[in-house]
Amino acid sequence: MQEGRVLSTREINRDLLRSILDTPRWFWPVVTVLGLILLVAAIAIGIMVNRGLGVTGLNRPVAWGFFITNFVFWIGISHAGVMLSAILRLAKAEWRRPATRAAEVLTLFSLMTAMIMPIVHTGRPWRILYWVFPYDFARGIWPNIRTPLVWDPSAILTYLTSSTLFVIIALVPDFAVLRDHTTGIAHRVYSVLAMGWEGNARQWKLQIVAGVLLSALILPVFVSVHSIVSWDFGMAAAVKSWHSTVFAPYFVVGAVHSGVSAVAFALILLRWCYGWQDYIRHEHIDALGRLLIVVATGWFYFLVMEILFGMYGREADELMVRQTQFTYWPYNFWFILFVITTYFIPVALWLSRAWRRNLWIMSIACISVNIGMWLERFLIIVPGLINKQLFTFVWADYRPSIFEYIIIGSTFALVTLLMLLFSRVFPLVPLYDVKEGDVLRTQVQIGRRTVPATFRED
Amino acid sequence: MVTSRIDHKWGMVVDLDRCNGCQACVIACQVENNLPINDKNAFLQNRAYEWIRIERYWEGDYPNIKARFIPVMCQHCENAPCEPVCPVFATYHNDEGLNVQIYNRCVGTRYCINNCPYQVRFFNYWHPNWPERLQNQLNPDVTVRTRGITEKCTFCIQRLRRGQIQVERRAGGELNDGTLKSGNHMPACVQACPTNALTFGDQNDVHSPVKPYFEDVNRYNIHHEKERKTRGYRVLEEMNTKPNVIYLKKVDPNLGGGHHG
Repeated sequence: MQEGRVLSTREINRDLLRSILDTPRWFWPVVTVLGLILLVAAIAIGIMVNRGLGVTGLNRPVAWGFFITNFVFWIGISHAGVMLSAILRLAKAEWRRPATRAAEVLTLFSLMTAMIMPIVHTGRPWRILYWVFPYDFARGIWPNIRTPLVWDPSAILTYLTSSTLFVIIALVPDFAVLRDHTTGIAHRVYSVLAMGWEGNARQWKLQIVAGVLLSALILPVFVSVHSIVSWDFGMAAAVKSWHSTVFAPYFVVGAVHSGVSAVAFALILLRWCYGWQDYIRHEHIDALGRLLIVVATGWFYFLVMEILFGMYGREADELMVRQTQFTYWPYNFWFILFVITTYFIPVALWLSRAWRRNLWIMSIACISVNIGMWLERFLIIVPGLINKQLFTFVWADYRPSIFEYIIIGSTFALVTLLMLLFSRVFPLVPLYDVKEGDVLRTQVQIGRRTVPATFRED
Repeated sequence: MVTSRIDHKWGMVVDLDRCNGCQACVIACQVENNLPINDKNAFLQNRAYEWIRIERYWEGDYPNIKARFIPVMCQHCENAPCEPVCPVFATYHNDEGLNVQIYNRCVGTRYCINNCPYQVRFFNYWHPNWPERLQNQLNPDVTVRTRGITEKCTFCIQRLRRGQIQVERRAGGELNDGTLKSGNHMPACVQACPTNALTFGDQNDVHSPVKPYFEDVNRYNIHHEKERKTRGYRVLEEMNTKPNVIYLKKVDPNLGGGHHG
């Protein structure tokens, strides 16, 4: 479905490069505020490293808390990139075009942010190199490949590498446009980045082949990354509510749910910030909303199954965790809020076509999903640890400290800042992709209706 | 030296019928292993160190109320869930049946703490501090652990090593039940227990008092628990962690049984 008028190449270049060639008035104030938030967080991390993890609210049974919750959350957000650009590319969904770049870049930055979390959460972060990089010449002791904590960095770094390649390949034609529109140092930098792109037939063919190949190759990574993150919990035999086989698909679907919502919100923000009304159109947000109904419902099925599997075993300690989740203050409140914000509010809003096309309502729905998905990870991790075994002598509640709140809040500032900086240097809506979409689209007559259609890409 | 070493497989038997919950073992452990003082803040923050803890459960209603005690220390599982999850091999199983923690390797991911069903692993959230007047009471045989790492009961490995050096290497004897006792080489909690509720020994030693219990419990697994000849059982046996600590059931004449073993 394609709406709006067909734009000329000149117009597309002018509009989409506006974010790079001119500095918007709000840009520096926003960057300053975000930078200040990050500075506060850096001080908080400094104090935490200096004085020890005692400054957090973690305690004896609750050894993992906000940091790991946030880690899983950002890994979840990162799943939007592949979902939108690889899967929809292979599925030949035309409406994906303007959304792909933003989704892929959000993937990169959320992955980088996510990786900070397990590192600051360890007791001795300066020794973390032993764990993440599997070469230890000095001691001759290799990492323990049986632990999900070694699978995690492998999966995440693979995903990061392949997503970076994906972004770069898609960027090359746009670098060439930028090279032709800039002068001085910027021109020289973009010339290097464009790698001699001239836009001849052979180069286009290679670019498309590389894009399709990477789309296909990245799919297993997409499924495995969040499965492996979920095995951090699924492999923990001693925590009854974590030790579940449903976690891998449950986490993957949840990741797509929160990631695609985050991308929809990011697109609405970009449209508003840079005035890209002609590129990020209502039809795109509408299509994302329809996709999200399906994803959300699939996710809801897994949520019900996860609870059902937990209750079905009728093990006393598992039931105790469920009781904590459902009935104890404040977890009961968070649980109700989580289910409502993740499923019932957004899906009710998305069911109406008019509301899907209302950007304010879409923003509310997408933010609501992400509040809910953050709570979901929290409600899996913390109540599971609060009373993980029958020993009542080691049950305790968890109250996060101000340090945890600051560091968690700053990750949102970090991703926003990185996205903003990126949008000032590289186009966040792919120019060539939009142009290609415009060339391919047409309208066909089916019965009495004229419906938009596209030529096939191949 | 290694070639002439005697194979040990350490084990402990806890007789719940004898435990009166006096907490002497807790204090002995605290002193022997340089555990930081559990002050008020440690308890308020739920970060107290108890390498061995006495769990007290109330049973029945007033006036027929009974206190039940279970001392819980690291169970030194054969199938330890904490071991496979450590990314840096900071915890592993040594060839004497002990689950050991290497403090220098530990980076503090706390995955082992989550994965321990017995909740006997402790994280150093703060750097341990002792009051000035207590600085000289620290045990020189035991390291003082830094903040940011995980620690736990070692079965007083420093005492076992001292025993192996003194008895086996220097005197050429064998570290068995008698020499463990005479040289004070058994864990501090066992030595301190006034009612002898804790028994420590070598499962490979035919004369060891712990051997019959281990043989019995190993012969009849959890599905054949009723056929066991002794009162022995393992805590959370259904997890199949195969602990090297065996508990003996409390004999309760009021329950009408009283003839468990």
